Amino acid sequence: MELINQHTKRIMEGCKERALEAGLRFTDESLEYIVTNRDLLELSPKVMIPTLYDYWVHDVEVLREKGKYELYPNNPYETVINTRPPISFYNDNNPDWLNVMIFYHVLAHIDFFQNNLYFRHTWDYDFNGQALSDKRVIARLRAEKGRWVDYVIEFARSIDNLVDFHGELSELFNPADAGCSPRLNYYFDVFLQDVKKVSVNDYVKEVNRYNECTKRYGELSEKTFFREAELRYPELEAHLSRGVEGHPSRKRDLLRFILDNSDFLDRDENTWMKSILEIIRKTSVFFQPQIRTKIMNEGWASYWHETLFLQDNRIKGHEVDFARVHAGVTAMPRVGMNPYALGMRLFNYIEDQAGKGRISYEFQRLVDSDSRKQFDVGDNSGRGFIFEIRENLCDYLFLKNFLDQDFLDRHKLFVAGKRLDQQRKVWQYYVKSRKAEDYLQMMMGSLYHPPAIYVDMSKGIEGSLYLVHMFEGKQLVRDYIANTMMAIEYLWGGPVHLETSEAEIVAGQATSWKQETPQQGEIRWQRVVYSMKEKTLTRKLL
Amino acid sequence: MRNELTKYLEELRARGLSPERESRILAELATAATGHGMPSDTPTDLELARFGESIYAFGDMLVLKQAVNLHHTASSLIKSLDELLERDRQREQDGFPRKIQVGRLIKPGRGGKGKVVVIPTTVEEKFYHDPTVRPPGEGGESGGTGEEKEGEVIGEQPVREEGEQPGAGSGEGQGEKHELESSAYELGKTLTEKFQLPNLQDKGKKRSFTRYTYELTDKHRGFGQVLDKKATLRKIVESNIALGNVPDVEDIDPTRFLIAPRDKVYRILSREKDFEPQAMVFFLRDYSGSMAGKVTDLVVSQHILIYSWLLYQYGGQVDSRFILHDTDAKEVPDFYTYYNSRVAGGTEVASAYQLVNQIVDRENLDKDYNIYVFHGTDGDDWDTGGEKAIPELEKMLKYSSRVGVTIAEHGMGVSEGTEVARYLKGSGLLRDKPELLRLDIMTEDADEARLIEGIRKLIS
Repeated sequence: MELINQHTKRIMEGCKERALEAGLRFTDESLEYIVTNRDLLELSPKVMIPTLYDYWVHDVEVLREKGKYELYPNNPYETVINTRPPISFYNDNNPDWLNVMIFYHVLAHIDFFQNNLYFRHTWDYDFNGQALSDKRVIARLRAEKGRWVDYVIEFARSIDNLVDFHGELSELFNPADAGCSPRLNYYFDVFLQDVKKVSVNDYVKEVNRYNECTKRYGELSEKTFFREAELRYPELEAHLSRGVEGHPSRKRDLLRFILDNSDFLDRDENTWMKSILEIIRKTSVFFQPQIRTKIMNEGWASYWHETLFLQDNRIKGHEVDFARVHAGVTAMPRVGMNPYALGMRLFNYIEDQAGKGRISYEFQRLVDSDSRKQFDVGDNSGRGFIFEIRENLCDYLFLKNFLDQDFLDRHKLFVAGKRLDQQRKVWQYYVKSRKAEDYLQMMMGSLYHPPAIYVDMSKGIEGSLYLVHMFEGKQLVRDYIANTMMAIEYLWGGPVHLETSEAEIVAGQATSWKQETPQQGEIRWQRVVYSMKEKTLTRKLL
Repeated sequence: MRNELTKYLEELRARGLSPERESRILAELATAATGHGMPSDTPTDLELARFGESIYAFGDMLVLKQAVNLHHTASSLIKSLDELLERDRQREQDGFPRKIQVGRLIKPGRGGKGKVVVIPTTVEEKFYHDPTVRPPGEGGESGGTGEEKEGEVIGEQPVREEGEQPGAGSGEGQGEKHELESSAYELGKTLTEKFQLPNLQDKGKKRSFTRYTYELTDKHRGFGQVLDKKATLRKIVESNIALGNVPDVEDIDPTRFLIAPRDKVYRILSREKDFEPQAMVFFLRDYSGSMAGKVTDLVVSQHILIYSWLLYQYGGQVDSRFILHDTDAKEVPDFYTYYNSRVAGGTEVASAYQLVNQIVDRENLDKDYNIYVFHGTDGDDWDTGGEKAIPELEKMLKYSSRVGVTIAEHGMGVSEGTEVARYLKGSGLLRDKPELLRLDIMTEDADEARLIEGIRKLIS
């Protein structure tokens, strides 16, 4: 890896000036490296972070079969990484005009990294440097503990998608004095809801009573409030002291929970494992926002490389070359999805809609399609609006809020389906729906979404760990359950139970092993508990 | 064909058959009519191929055409296969399940161009949502663009038959974007340090490698790579005697020597042709009806491994012949056909052995070649007790350097071992000629590491 030459760097600096002028915001410094295919081979398993820790699985091809991206949503081939300074990678034989386009693309990514609030937790340090020190920690441990380090890495990685990114994020945005005291939190969040199981009505009454207290007594409000509450629930004080002092871990962050509560890891001879778990967790949390803003991030970058390239006076004469490459990147595929194309079109669409003042109740209320078409009360402030979007939303909200029927119609999008034609033995691809809600449903289904699994302390008997998978219409990949639970058992140091839902496909009568029978089959869901004890997995129906 | 088989069955029945064997034979007979077709080569519609492709399959480097989709080739792997397998064994000792899979196989190309994809692979297991659970007959959803009305069909693709395809599943994956291609050579390279053809003998007629080895054997006066001191000194003494510079041979004073540049003798790097004994390898595969499913997969996988190792190790100098058999044997021209032909029909191992013997005899291969025979079967044979097979095998052992038989047993198989295993053991050949005949029995659920161990067993 070497830095780009001075000539190319000058081009990059020119791009920065123009991008800043257009309103993008990013730090001054950036590093650009030339990478060869060999470099890429080493970098790609490390998600392009040159200093990421070594792990033997990186040397092995990880199976990434078609259609299984749901399982491995980390695309290793990023051009730019979210470090301080940001580092980006290039081919050494790109012509200048192409570099200009890629530079704009990269700068928009950097702008996105540094301004989108989902990345808030990555703003205050350089991940590259952090990773380097982590790598050294792991290398040192490996010298002492040998292969056990790799086992612990492996086990920690097997739950590194259960890190409760949103919980971590929400803490960053809570000003210190805005929260309530732990006593209050416990009273409202746990005691009333879980212990007493009061009705919604009573709960709201209690909230009102608290608000009354604050209004009337100011400083002394909490004391007054609890005095009355204790009259009603004499056992409250005991609960409070137990509950508040209990482990503060968030229950949806399994990795954190194990770090804080595992007796096995607390043993003297095992404490070294904790630093590995911390590293794996930190790394996972670092990459979370990237996965959750794929469409926005690529859309934003495509929007800007188009806008800025066309304005750039230095590369006159390469419009046709640009058009070819640009179309390759952002053409809507006949079948399939393309985050660049979708994201860019959506940003263009939102800019247009906002510019015409259509992001308003007034417009939403209009049903007459002709007046919808004519509607324009805006002041062309669309550009400003999409800057707000890039700051505040992630893919889920981006699609949910703005992907509507007008957008679908404008770009002739539809949900493509695939069905089996029994007689002719072919898969048919067909237009399944042109409705916005179906399209949205399909998109939502394909977004990264790790299973929501939380620890249920009330059910873990005698040192065992009881996990509950909240059912969201999908089952877990069954083949992976055994080894994942074995990993958790190792780190927890005791039996592990997992409550989850599984599909039973109730097929029609004529099903044989050769012929699938469509339409007749349907899915019946059932709740099951897996238990892992001493590396043996058992399954039972609930 | 079917009538002959039925007649044959009658004969067998007359000689006495256990009901269990009879039912198996009947089951095979039922498949005889289907024939050994090849899988249809259906071109993948590129437009449709992107159906269901995730948005996360896109990355800047690829999309902006700055890079091609790279993969680890066997040669670029830092760890050798051995190291990885060693790690896996260690895992097992430490009480964790194995994690490495070797040999992800993808269809070899037509015409003997052995395109094989084998690479150590693994999966990172986590709790993931399974996107594939859906009512049967549904193929999922994806995005699309175009003018068509709702319900209109935009394209079709033939369904790949499942369950009975030849080389079960091995052929799948062609045309998929993320297939990892590497040539058989590369696979061979990873295997090469481990194996060597056994009992290789000089057989008169030699063929040279196109490769040369470079050796420091030639001598050269005046210049070269390494000074040959002894020879140089001898030359100097010779010259000085000729010059009359050595008055008394009993008392030589080397300080007075005159040294001419041409007296210095060097060893010089020279190109030597390398000769190798030749070898001919026969691959025999049972493609009878009972071979459906995993067993065929195992046998072909193992043969692919051997084949690619031979390709690499012997630089294409090893000739390969491919023979398929059910109750009859036939020779097929290339590995592709060998690999992909569909299973059907009854079983008679002797037919294949007989064909090998005929070929060797007819072409007089014995004289010029070291002959190796690798046979893969599920161990089922209509020929009770090997009455026909054993004599043919004995004949074969007279000329071959090694015969390796792989039996992949069906899970629900026979308790007392398979027919082939039984008569091989019964014949005493395994005991008498361990240098020439090897037998490897594996169960249906063997993994790739086991396959490689199997090869070692067959050719060590």
